[in-house]
Amino acid sequence: MNFFLLTVLKAVIIIFVLLTFCAYLTWIERKVLAHIQLRPGPYRVGPHGLLQPLSDVVKLITKEGVIPANANKVFYVLAPFLAVATALLSISVIPFGPEIEIFGIKTQMGLADLNASALLILAISSLGVYGIAIGGWASNSKYSLLGGLRSSAQMISYELPMALAIAAPLLIVNTLSFREMVAAQSGYWLGFIPKWNVFAGPFPQIFSFLFFLTAAFAETNRVPFDLPEAESELVAGFHTEYSSVNFAAFFTAEYANIVTICCVATLLFLGGWTPLWPAAYGSDYVPSVAFLAVAAVMLYHATQPLRFWDKYTYPVFGLIALVFAGAFQVPLLKPILIPLFWFAAKTLSLIFVFIWIRGTLPRFRYDQLMKFAWTFLFPVALVNLLITGLLVALT
Amino acid sequence: MPATVPLAWFLILSAVLFSIGAAGFLLRRSILTVFMCIELMLNAVNLSFISFAHRWKAVDGHIFSFFVMVVAAAEAAVGLAIILTVFKNRNTLEIDEVSSLKL
Amino acid sequence: MDGLIFLTCAFIAVACATNLVLQTHPISSAISLVGVMVSLAVLYLLLGGEFIGFAQLIVYAGAIMVLFVFVIMLLNAGAERQYKRSVWVTVLGVPLLFGFLGLVAYFIQSRVPATDTVKFGAWTGGSARDFGRVLFSTYLLPFEVTSILILIAIVGAIVLAQKEID
Repeated sequence: MNFFLLTVLKAVIIIFVLLTFCAYLTWIERKVLAHIQLRPGPYRVGPHGLLQPLSDVVKLITKEGVIPANANKVFYVLAPFLAVATALLSISVIPFGPEIEIFGIKTQMGLADLNASALLILAISSLGVYGIAIGGWASNSKYSLLGGLRSSAQMISYELPMALAIAAPLLIVNTLSFREMVAAQSGYWLGFIPKWNVFAGPFPQIFSFLFFLTAAFAETNRVPFDLPEAESELVAGFHTEYSSVNFAAFFTAEYANIVTICCVATLLFLGGWTPLWPAAYGSDYVPSVAFLAVAAVMLYHATQPLRFWDKYTYPVFGLIALVFAGAFQVPLLKPILIPLFWFAAKTLSLIFVFIWIRGTLPRFRYDQLMKFAWTFLFPVALVNLLITGLLVALT
Repeated sequence: MPATVPLAWFLILSAVLFSIGAAGFLLRRSILTVFMCIELMLNAVNLSFISFAHRWKAVDGHIFSFFVMVVAAAEAAVGLAIILTVFKNRNTLEIDEVSSLKL
Repeated sequence: MDGLIFLTCAFIAVACATNLVLQTHPISSAISLVGVMVSLAVLYLLLGGEFIGFAQLIVYAGAIMVLFVFVIMLLNAGAERQYKRSVWVTVLGVPLLFGFLGLVAYFIQSRVPATDTVKFGAWTGGSARDFGRVLFSTYLLPFEVTSILILIAIVGAIVLAQKEID
């Protein structure tokens, strides 16, 4: 098929899936946070609040967009555009699976495969600072300016430890391209321990993984580093004066950033789409077993309905889970779905860790945050890189 | 639309950007804009280096460009610190008003 | 196709550069300069400079210009005061600028042989591997010297910008 047409089709699919997933990530976050805090979370809008993201989107689009007086109109409108553009650009180099063949068309699962994908991720995250800085400044309000400046300073301070934490596993796999990185992490020692970068090489990259996650929390402005947009401190930081579609854009950009960073962590440290143990020992049945377990739970709850609609919604969910469990065993779809399942499982676990930490930790004060970056995280990441380099050079 | 681009076009683009930067450097009054025109001139020179690296198929042009970037970064850091100090002392950002050494 | 891509990037670069010089507020100039840098980074990538294109985005557009934007916001720089410029400057200056640029273009066109053409993707020797190999072998001394230069710049910036100890 024509390369251009195929790329456009893939781009449409990936962006559609990403945006829908960002909307439902808000649902996941609210549900998980709620259960950590022993309350039900969104419940009423649709079964178990599943239509809540839809109603949020409708609300945000139909709200009145207010531009504050004396705000610089061009930059006020440009800032969320910049934020969303950079958030969506970095998803383009992330591979979701190996090369597949559908209806005779061979294609890579992922939009683009550059020789220097890791550098593009760093470059786009550097450019992501502009959306926030300009948004904070253009709102012509004290809280916004302060929040914008603090947030940008935090993001550029944590870019350095993040780059150092990315550089360490790059020394081991000896390539900047994500596909070659995953290829270097496939294979097993002793037949069952996966060769992921967290376990690998002359120096296991577990420390780089932790530093990368810490820097990722700061880059995406999540708790415990979310002082710039904390409700109780700065009203809402740089997006105080934004309403309706502009606010939805910043919101989407933040969640898309979280997804991208978790995908990058999966590719760099957790082996991308390689399964946890070899397919020879039955790891191909894990997705089906997981979905069968989900179906069993749903159908069990269907026999003991708590509320009025439960006796209709739970059986439907159970049937959908059974269909997914069956889909993972269809030989035609297996090479597409199984790597995608492992990639999604690892990324979703990391996203769950993000949400879990949001519900658990208090936030840093701003000077504690900056001191932590410059006096602790940056030297330690540098030492980690030096040790990795030394051990790689000696072996 | 040509299928290959003549090398001269890249060099002309570099010269045009450099001239616009030089014109801005001479005509503008805000010290920050003057500084940004200097960065524009450095970028134009980088483009020249990299087009010639492509022409001679040697990566040394890229190395030179890298060093220009590094020096521009160091210069930007020190220059902005100087601008901050000048602002603290003179409370103005116009270069015409920093003229106490003039006769 | 190559010509079309080049002309698009060149047009964006020149438009942003002109915008930089003509805008009164420094923030608009800063964002225009970021636009110039991004279009130049695209050109570097097309000319085979993978590493240098991304380095331009990371270092120049992502760090140096953010520093500029920070300083503009901190100093609360406003739009420049408009001075009365004599009409002769515009009437003489702009045509002279165009004439000068035309002369430069003609001079370059006549000096560079017409057989020197650029095909995007013809040379891929600017990857990180080749770049690093040459940087750390042939150009090791300039590399170390520039790292000392950056150290001097860091110390100088901190000393200049710190509060006075009374």
